[in-house]
Amino acid sequence: MAEDGINSFMTGPDEQGRFGIFGGRFVSETLMPLILDLEAEYEHAKTDPSFWAEMDDLWKHYVGRPSPLYFAPRLTEHLGGAKVYLKREELNHTGSHKINNVLGQILLARRMGKTRIIAETGAGQHGVATATVCARFGLQCVVYMGAHDVERQAPNVFRMRLLGAEVVPVTSGRGTLKDAMNDALRDWVTNVRDTFYCIGTVAGPHPYPGMVRDFQSIIGRETRAQLQEQEGPGRLPDTLIAAIGGGSNAMGLFHPFLDDPSVRIIGVEAGGKGVDERMEHCASLTGGRPGVLHGNRTYLLQDADGQILEGFSISAGLDYPGIGPEHAWLHDVGRAEYVSVTDTEALEAFQLLCKLEGIIPALEPSHALAHVTKLAPTLPKDHIIVVNLSGRGDKDIFTVAKHLGFDMKV
Amino acid sequence: MTRIDAKFAKLKAEGKKAFVAYIMGGDPDLDTSLAVMKGLPGAGVDVIELGMPFTDPMADGPTIQLAGQRALDGGMTMDKVLDMVRAFRTGDSETPIVLMGYYNPIYARGVDRFLAEAREAGIDGLIVVDLPPEEDSELCLPAQAAGINFIRLATPTTDAKRLPAVLKNTSGFVYYVSVTGITGAAAAQAAAVGPEVARIKQSTDLPVIVGFGINTAENARDIASIADGCVVGSAIVKEIGAGKPLAEILARVADLASGAHSA
Repeated sequence: MAEDGINSFMTGPDEQGRFGIFGGRFVSETLMPLILDLEAEYEHAKTDPSFWAEMDDLWKHYVGRPSPLYFAPRLTEHLGGAKVYLKREELNHTGSHKINNVLGQILLARRMGKTRIIAETGAGQHGVATATVCARFGLQCVVYMGAHDVERQAPNVFRMRLLGAEVVPVTSGRGTLKDAMNDALRDWVTNVRDTFYCIGTVAGPHPYPGMVRDFQSIIGRETRAQLQEQEGPGRLPDTLIAAIGGGSNAMGLFHPFLDDPSVRIIGVEAGGKGVDERMEHCASLTGGRPGVLHGNRTYLLQDADGQILEGFSISAGLDYPGIGPEHAWLHDVGRAEYVSVTDTEALEAFQLLCKLEGIIPALEPSHALAHVTKLAPTLPKDHIIVVNLSGRGDKDIFTVAKHLGFDMKV
Repeated sequence: MTRIDAKFAKLKAEGKKAFVAYIMGGDPDLDTSLAVMKGLPGAGVDVIELGMPFTDPMADGPTIQLAGQRALDGGMTMDKVLDMVRAFRTGDSETPIVLMGYYNPIYARGVDRFLAEAREAGIDGLIVVDLPPEEDSELCLPAQAAGINFIRLATPTTDAKRLPAVLKNTSGFVYYVSVTGITGAAAAQAAAVGPEVARIKQSTDLPVIVGFGINTAENARDIASIADGCVVGSAIVKEIGAGKPLAEILARVADLASGAHSA
C-alpha cells in the first residue's frame, strides 16, 4: 500500500527501535546492556522454529487457542446495520489477551537464564497472566500494582497471590498504572542481573513495542483465517475496532491487516469523563502530544512544562497517560483512526453485551463495543466489523455494581 | 574550556578530590532552595548538581522522588529552575552547575530553545538519566555543539564492549554509578567500586566521579580516595526534606565535603 511514500506499514520498528519519530530506547545506562541482550535474544528466537513450536504448543494446550471468532447475532440485529463479530480473547486461559504475550516473554526469559520475573499491572489482567505463567514454569514473580488499582481490582489481586506472586501496592503518584511502571523500572534497575521485566503492553523501550506486538499478532492472524472460514475465501473484515490503553490487544488485531487498504482500522481510547480541558480522560492521541516517558517517545498527557498528567478512566486497564509508539505513528501517518468513548458510554455497552449475547465483557473492550454501537447502525448489512473482546468482565463487576448503585454486600 | 573543565584542572593542580552536591531545584520552594544553593560553595562544594523536578523520576529512590514532588507542589517549573541559576550566578561566576534530570521537560521546551536558555543562564553541564548513547542525536550532540558538557553515567553493567560508546560523546567528567539501583539505595563499597573506576580511567582522561549510596563523611572519603571525587544527593536532600534550618543543612554538607576533601 503506497501512501506518502510508505510501501508497507508492517516493516517497523527500524534499527533504532523507531516507528517514524516514535519509539526509541530512552532508558538509563544501567538497563541498556540488558535491553540490547534482550533484542539479540528475541532476534534469534524469532527465526528459531523450536521457539515458535513451543509457543504454538502452549497456545493450543495451555491457553486454549485459537480463540473463537463469534458472530454476534442479537447485537447485530439490535444495532440494525453492519455484521458484528467478536474475537473472543476473553475465553483464553486467565481471561484476557494478555497471556499471548506473557508466554513469549517468559520463554525468552528462560532462554536468557533469568530466574526472577517482574511486571506492572493496571486492571490486573497482565499481572494475573504473568503470575500464571511464572507458576507454570516455577519462576519467582513480583507484580507492581498501583494502590488505587489494588483497591478497585481486588479479585485479581487475590488471584495473583493464589498463584504465588508477590503483589506490591505502589503508593507513589496517584497509585495507578503509570506509577506501577515507574516502580517496576526501579526494581529492574536494582536487580538487573537476574530479573526479567515482562512488560504488558506495546510500550516501553525497544524491543518491547515490536516484540509484544509480534506475540499479540496471533489475534489478527487467526481473525483473518477464521473470517474466511465463515464468510468465504478472500473475505476480509471491513472494519476492525479495539480498545486502547497501551494498545497491545489493538496492535495484535490490527497489525496483520495494516497492508490491506480496504480494512478500516479504529482504536478506541478511554474518554473518562470527556476529552476536554479538564483532562479527566486517558485519550493520549486525542488529548496529548509527543513526549518521552517509560523508555519511548509517544503521545502523552502532559502539561506545557513536560510534566506528566494523571489520566482518568473507569477502566484500570486503560488508565495510562501514554500509548504504544506504533499507534502514535499509525495515527500520524493516517493508517488508523483513533476515537474516544466516555465512562458512561462504556458502561452502557457493557450492559448491552451482557443482555444481548450472554457475555460479560471487561470494561476495557466495553469501550470498543461502545464505539461499535455508534458505528454499526450507520453501515450497510453486508459490512463486517470485527471487535476485539480482549477480556472478560468478572473482575469488573464490583466497579460496575458501584456505578449502577447496586449493593454487593450480603 | 567550561567552568567544569577549569574546576577539575584547579583541583588536580591542588591535589584535591572533588565534592559534588545534588539538590532538587525548588525544594521545597524556590527561595529556600536558592538559599541552600548559594551556601553550597562556602560549605566546600566544588560542583553543584541541580535537579530539574519531574513527575516520573524512574531512576530515583523515595528521597529524591519526594523532593521532586515538593518542588512541583511548590510551583516549580523549568523557567524557575533557569531563574534560580541566573540568581545564583549574580554572586558566583565560578562554581560549575550541572542540571540533572529527565528528558521530557527538555523535549517539551524544545532542545534548541532549552540549550540557548541554559547557556545564557550559566549552566555548564547536563546529566539526563534517560538518554543513553543510543539516543545521542536527541540532546547530547546538540549540547556539546552549544558548549555545554554532556555528562554520561557509567554503571556496573557498562561492560568493556560498551564502555567506548559510553565515553565517546561525553565531556566534563564521567559519573560512575556505584550500584545497580536507584538514588539513595545501598551503601557504595569502595572495595567494589575501586577496580571499576580504574577500569574506566584506563579508557579516558576525563575525571571519574562516583555517586549513588554515599551518605557519611567516612563513606565520602573512602569513595573519593579511589576516584577523582564523589557525589552526595539523597543525604543532603533528606535534611532539606526534614525542614532543617539553613545553617544545619550547610553544616551537614560541610561535614560530607570535608570527608571527600580529606581523601
